Amino acid sequence: MSHSRALQAKPSAAAGGQAKPIDSIAGIAVADPLLTVADLKTYFFTRNGTAKAVDGVSFAIARGETLAIVGESGCGKSMTALSLMRLVADPPGRIVDGEVVLDGVDLLKLPEDEMRAMRGRDISMIFQEPMTSLNPVMTIGRQIGEVLTMHKTMPRDELQKKVVEMLALVRIPEPAQRAKEYPHQLSGGMRQRAMIAMALACSPKVLLADEPTTALDVTIQAQILELIADLQRKLGTAVVLITHDLGVVAEMAQRVIVMYAGRKVEEASAEDLFAGPLHPYTQGLMASIPRLGLMRGESAKTERLQEIPGIVPALYSLPQGCVFAPRCPRADDKCRSEFPPYEEKHSRHWAACWHAGEGKERAHG
Amino acid sequence: MTGYLMRRFALMLLTLFGMSILIFLVMRLVPGNIADILVDSAGIVDPKQKLKIEQELGLDRPLIAQYWQWISGLARGDLGYAYVSERPAIEEILPRLPVTAKLAVLALVFSVLIGVPLGVISAVHRNTFLDYLMRVISLSGLSMPSFWLGLLVLMAFVQMLGWIPIYNRQPDSIWAEIGLLAIPAFVVGFRSSALVMRLTRSSMLEVLKQDYIRTARSKGASEKTVNYDHALRNALLPVVTIIGIEAAFLLGGLIVTETVFNIPGVARFLVEAIRSRDYPIVQNLVMFIAFVVVTVNFIVDITYTMLDPRIRLES
Repeated sequence: MSHSRALQAKPSAAAGGQAKPIDSIAGIAVADPLLTVADLKTYFFTRNGTAKAVDGVSFAIARGETLAIVGESGCGKSMTALSLMRLVADPPGRIVDGEVVLDGVDLLKLPEDEMRAMRGRDISMIFQEPMTSLNPVMTIGRQIGEVLTMHKTMPRDELQKKVVEMLALVRIPEPAQRAKEYPHQLSGGMRQRAMIAMALACSPKVLLADEPTTALDVTIQAQILELIADLQRKLGTAVVLITHDLGVVAEMAQRVIVMYAGRKVEEASAEDLFAGPLHPYTQGLMASIPRLGLMRGESAKTERLQEIPGIVPALYSLPQGCVFAPRCPRADDKCRSEFPPYEEKHSRHWAACWHAGEGKERAHG
Repeated sequence: MTGYLMRRFALMLLTLFGMSILIFLVMRLVPGNIADILVDSAGIVDPKQKLKIEQELGLDRPLIAQYWQWISGLARGDLGYAYVSERPAIEEILPRLPVTAKLAVLALVFSVLIGVPLGVISAVHRNTFLDYLMRVISLSGLSMPSFWLGLLVLMAFVQMLGWIPIYNRQPDSIWAEIGLLAIPAFVVGFRSSALVMRLTRSSMLEVLKQDYIRTARSKGASEKTVNYDHALRNALLPVVTIIGIEAAFLLGGLIVTETVFNIPGVARFLVEAIRSRDYPIVQNLVMFIAFVVVTVNFIVDITYTMLDPRIRLES
């Protein structure tokens, strides 16, 4: 406890080089960031009160980098991504504060038509549900071609060629034939490939992948992830990978942000995070991954899979103090009354917890 | 797709067969026949004479024989003779058809051309003043009987313009006729347009919530592209269905409207024929209407396959 308190006063390193006060954009500094998100706040104004779906989230990402955002359902991951695209349904949602600077342009300050021109061209998104994310009455080719016609002018035959090229790039067999088909004629994995082709058609700078493999079979999942990583290398796209699957994170991401109830609770390089998670929530997430002991060469002692008790609290009635306190095995009176500051606990490893790092052996063992 | 359309076509024939039996039986179940009416109106009390009329018209034969006579004649294109005018039924029906057909088509065009765009606008601007206004208008359209609206329109014409848009002679040109028919067609179509508008609105609202709309936005599509290219085509499916069903209701609305506007169409003629138990006219006319309704619904099914590739490409 004293360890974390001692660190509390330490000034934090800033991310990005933004005009925002240093505290509010605390997180790992990225040299030459492509995208900087500072103190993003997206609130939902409902009859039950104000739900702070994204509450002061900051991060930066460099060109070609993969940043994972991890957390349970309802913790604000998808809302963060939709906020970056400015696609939060309004009403009831609204981005109330923050900055999203992509290549020097603050997306949140752009007029709608300029933002529209950025979507799909500079920043694009793939969604969780390939089954419902494609328009059922339009051919795959037309849906991919649409992105190109919206952002570029090219003759019809060239457009057709580019569409087939994109489908081939995402390794869809018989791309010319598939371009003429409708979403329902394709399998889930193929549809997600088509989604990726659509999202990458204009070679965007940033790709937001919102649980891209959650709805797919495990075997297909690996293929899709490999495809994203491969295209990222080819096109130099920065990827924000939103997932609840830590296995995916370990495979794909260089850096990880852990979100809980709309807030960032931990940030570190993927390596550091897996080696020593500091926040009890992250530790809980890791303890709840089923493992095949044999595969990891561990002893075959059978241990019960651990779970995090309780659920993510309703966002419009968050507890006072640390939002994770009601579910935290280490919570004490301080946790319940005072919100822990987000600070650098180890070098380039940030967390918001009064008891960061304690008892991780138990949780992680 | 062919399989789907073949099934629909077979169903259509079956429906028509069922309709023919229904029409035939219902007409016979209505108390009294043409002989009763003729005998009553002539003040004759001799049952022998009534029997003679019935024998002449074949009304004394067993029902199954009567049905066979009608349906086999219909198959050959022979509709029989009208009881009242004693002229071939086809000569009574055919001249009255075009004006009713024009009226019905015009009414349907009205309902679609007004209903669909207003529904889209209402959905896109949901919960604004414009939306509330259109919902109130559409609700009034749904709750107002067309004969009442027809009378109001007539009164308004007399009051404001000093003339009545009724059909007292064959208009000079097709455009003059369409102009004259547009008023009753609007009266009939108003109700369906209200229905179409409400359905388009709710269907659009449902579609606009779908994931693929969010995808379209994430690609940088403009609101116009989202609403018309992505949403409307999906939203039209239930609307097309209701248009098919409305075609049947439309004919019901035409009966009163033709009466109110004095249009010498087939709908008003049908009511007269029912009153005088003119079986050949009623049976053949209702059969014709059933045929039209079934055909419209068949067209709806074809439209469905054009709109929705999931149906078109079904094996």
